[in-house]
Amino acid sequence: MSSTPSSDEDHPGLEFFRGLPHAVALGMTAHVMQDGHAEMSMPWDEKLVGDPESGVIHGGAVSALMDTCCGAAAMCHPDSIGGTATIALRIDYMRPATPGQTIRARAECYHTTRSVAFVRATALDDDDDRPVATATGTFTVESK
Amino acid sequence: MAEHSRRRPPEPVQVVKQRRDAALTALVAGVPYIQFLGITFDRRGDELTGVLAYSDALIGNPLLPALHGGATAAFLEVTAIISLSWSMLWPEIESGATRIETLVAGQMPRLPKTIDFSVDYLRTGLPRDAYARATINRSGRRYASVHVEAWQDNRTRAFAQATGHFLMPRRDG
Repeated sequence: MSSTPSSDEDHPGLEFFRGLPHAVALGMTAHVMQDGHAEMSMPWDEKLVGDPESGVIHGGAVSALMDTCCGAAAMCHPDSIGGTATIALRIDYMRPATPGQTIRARAECYHTTRSVAFVRATALDDDDDRPVATATGTFTVESK
Repeated sequence: MAEHSRRRPPEPVQVVKQRRDAALTALVAGVPYIQFLGITFDRRGDELTGVLAYSDALIGNPLLPALHGGATAAFLEVTAIISLSWSMLWPEIESGATRIETLVAGQMPRLPKTIDFSVDYLRTGLPRDAYARATINRSGRRYASVHVEAWQDNRTRAFAQATGHFLMPRRDG
């Protein structure tokens, strides 16, 4: 994932997602939001730690990143014309994120109906080959 | 009559409360993310209620405004983990197997690890305080299954619920 400025093709919702108060508070950055695909990152921070002994980030902070990234993917799908809300989100935690490393999330809206968007996402730290967590979610759709 | 006089007198209520509250505070205060979100726990006997004090930093969509789904998910997960840890800690504190002094000194037991967590968003989270209670449906030696519900104004109208599975910490000896 690059942290270069977004291209012209990014969905107008990208700025909205960059400004969400809770996303800002967690230190999230939205990088990409195009055609049902979204990428975001969240640097390691002491305030996000869930296990003070190891310095590992709390699962809840990873959930927040996944929820935001999945919502962005649902909203920028070509079949969606408006906002979205999470119906349900499931996260599988494969391993603890390595302390000190930025967590990157990639989400893909792989199917939509008139009312529902289906999204899946992966969270990675510096190790591209071993995901920290995966998520699947359903989101509301405002369709054409 | 004689039997009564041989019984050990019950501990003074303040001693009991002080011990339990100190253990709960030690469990919660050591986790930076719980402090960052502004979550506290209300205790009635062994029953815990998570309290998420409203702050503007918890807002997702500022146009509504509504709590961020991620903040809600995190609140549910924190409540599940603390309730599960508390259920493990309680008998150890009450029996004296775990000394309060060691907990307060920062020697916390290992926390359960989340395996998976599945959240249902039932209603919009309003910009005000939220409460959550967890039910431990199974707690085995290695795995636990926990259900948790969060509400705001009305206890019977949950705005979110979740079920999670947790890997229990190894316990030596």
